[in-house]
Amino acid sequence: MKKNLVTAVLMTLATTVLFGLLFPLLITGLAQVLFPKRANGQLVTRNGKVVGSRLIGQSFSSAGYFHSRPSSAGTGYDAGNSSGSNLGPTNQSLIARVQQDADRLQAENPAAAIPMDLLTTSGSGLDPHISPEAAEFQVPRIAQERGLSADVVREAVRQHTEPRQFGFLGEPRVNVLELNLTLDEISPKPVTR
Amino acid sequence: MTANGWLQILVFLLAVFLITKPLGAFMARVFNRERTWLDPVMRPMERILYRLTGVDESHEMDWKEYALALLLFSGVSMILLYVLQRVQQWAWLPWNPQKLAGVPPALAFNTAASFTTNTNWQNYVPETTMSYLTQMVGLAYHNWVSAAAGMALAIAFIRGIARREQKTIGNFWVDMVRGTLWILAPLCLVGALLLVSQGVVQNLKPYDTVQLIDPYQTPQLGSDGKPVNGPDGKPVMQTVSQHVIAQGPTASQEIIKELGTNGGGFFNANSAHPFENPTPFTNFLEMFCIFAIPSALTYTLGKMTGSPRHGWAVWAAMALLFLAGVSTAYWAEARGNPLLTSAAQHSSPHPASALQSEVNLEGKEVRFGVVNSALFATVTTDTSCGAINSMHDSFTPLGGMVPLINLMLSEVIFGGVGAGMYGMLVFVILSVFIAGLMVGRTPEYLGKKIEAYDVKMAMLVVLIFPLVILVFTAISVLYNFGSSSMANAGPHGFSEVLYAFTSAVANNGSAFGGLSGNTLWYNTSLGIAMLLGRFMMILPMLAIAGNLAGKKQTPATLGTFPVTGPLFTVLLIGVVVILGALTFFPALSLGPILEHLLMQAGKTF
Repeated sequence: MKKNLVTAVLMTLATTVLFGLLFPLLITGLAQVLFPKRANGQLVTRNGKVVGSRLIGQSFSSAGYFHSRPSSAGTGYDAGNSSGSNLGPTNQSLIARVQQDADRLQAENPAAAIPMDLLTTSGSGLDPHISPEAAEFQVPRIAQERGLSADVVREAVRQHTEPRQFGFLGEPRVNVLELNLTLDEISPKPVTR
Repeated sequence: MTANGWLQILVFLLAVFLITKPLGAFMARVFNRERTWLDPVMRPMERILYRLTGVDESHEMDWKEYALALLLFSGVSMILLYVLQRVQQWAWLPWNPQKLAGVPPALAFNTAASFTTNTNWQNYVPETTMSYLTQMVGLAYHNWVSAAAGMALAIAFIRGIARREQKTIGNFWVDMVRGTLWILAPLCLVGALLLVSQGVVQNLKPYDTVQLIDPYQTPQLGSDGKPVNGPDGKPVMQTVSQHVIAQGPTASQEIIKELGTNGGGFFNANSAHPFENPTPFTNFLEMFCIFAIPSALTYTLGKMTGSPRHGWAVWAAMALLFLAGVSTAYWAEARGNPLLTSAAQHSSPHPASALQSEVNLEGKEVRFGVVNSALFATVTTDTSCGAINSMHDSFTPLGGMVPLINLMLSEVIFGGVGAGMYGMLVFVILSVFIAGLMVGRTPEYLGKKIEAYDVKMAMLVVLIFPLVILVFTAISVLYNFGSSSMANAGPHGFSEVLYAFTSAVANNGSAFGGLSGNTLWYNTSLGIAMLLGRFMMILPMLAIAGNLAGKKQTPATLGTFPVTGPLFTVLLIGVVVILGALTFFPALSLGPILEHLLMQAGKTF
């Protein structure tokens, strides 16, 4: 008993140094040398200012920007407080929220069916992507707001559409932040609210 | 459901199948202390560790000493984790760039119990609660040793089966150390770097502040989390033009979180968070790491007991149960929630679209979609991992019932690192016992007679598990201190509580996350449930191992029930499913099954 207790204390200390300190510090060192941009969150800068991370979604509410999915992280896309809605399938507030958003989106583009991802919150509340269908759904609005032809907007969407990884893993997706930054480059006119 | 979806599931299972033999054979060599190619690096480290900690590596332990060593190690390291959380705010401690405060006592107890027992239930939001130091030295550390301890226990059990007329089942310290150095460490080193190369963050810098390119208006929230109203009775609006992005040493924790089937997220959203799981490939890799060691252990079982076909028969039972679960979850989520679908088409002039308009995407990420969310949910609950890449609380009732049932079957479908193997071996013992009853002779398992003592201990394992879950659940739903934490009304609220205690006792750690667990009642009761679920399973299990090791080898005869073929696989599946179903069907019918029927009838809460 006593011998094993002494070993338990010493073993806890020794393995803590090994796996609690040395291992994460080794990985941090290697990561910072081998993949410095990725290890630091792939921050995106514009005009010298950090405007986001390519992995972390943002809220866009102006009509001239592609909108992200609804979010339950803090007041929306709060990357210091990631969270899903945790609303169950029979929860009235879930159904009411979806109905309200559906009315708004359908008024915006009556010609198409609303893709489900635009009506649902993501698991993290920080989803940087929308589906290609959700982007296509918003193309007419963007084209009108920015005075661009729909084809120019579609081309920008195409540029930022990632296919399934290795041809079969995951789902096709469009990075909203990067797409909106490209839009600002193509048509830098002030965005109306 | 799509062909590509099924392809992703099958490729995943194929990858798990392919790693089983090489990794399992390697593990057998490591725990038999045979030479491996890693010896030149690891052997000197191992020797230094033993010298520092006073371990005599030639010493063999009986099951009682083995259990004692495990309990002492768990106890000491649990106390250290508790203290670390309480003092993380001390200014001279490093790596607390956000100046996070000390963790309150009840929450610190819950978290310490949670990580020591390999559960990783989280009643806290990591980004706003735990310093980088606590995450690295406290939480991620336990991911290593609780997994290594689980592996050691599985190996000890296998030795119990393999050895004849011996009192001992190995040395806990040696098994634990060899498991970390030879198996976890090399895989984690490679895996962590792979994750970073895909975009999982790994740094020690303060959180970043970013200037939004499209600032937005939002109601100002008061300290109670509700919108503040101005003098005119309308909510006061504020403009949000900056966001804070949480950072940290994530990859080094992420990899052991999956490989050790721990599951405690570096961030609140766990593997749904893009910094923990940025691409479909990281998602694949994380699921693969969850299954790799548990799957390989079936081969180790066959190898160490000299019956490789028995290992594969157990693997087949696990694989079939896995496929049944994932198919059900995928079907349910792809079929979607009719309430959601009709709400989505509320004002639509269009008929139900052929696009993705029916699938249930609430709580799921676009890059993973329905198939990878259903797959991850199945994988994480087949094992004792509990990481999530989508919110189980927002699954359809039947889709969410799959993870719940997986937990209720005691996580033996591949199962936790080590824990799944010894859990399954208890069911194996019951299977041969039942087979023996059918033909009326003393059951044998790989040459060992299974007698009253073994079956009694096995039944203890099987009975303590539902007892703790159901008693705590019943208390929680009867009293306000428990029921007031539910986030959803109706049967779903009951499911949240049932899921919480099942997850705690099964040492899983995933949740129907709406439940507010950070209360005195849940911190305490879940903490106790996790400790019971870990150690009250381990003791009878080690007792069986010790008892088996002392038995004589009985030569197999024509009357011996073979544990190598499809008949055994089917019987084993039957025992697992029937025991789980009989115990939990009443509870399930009050939760997900009732909710499914009400959902079909259009009822909301």
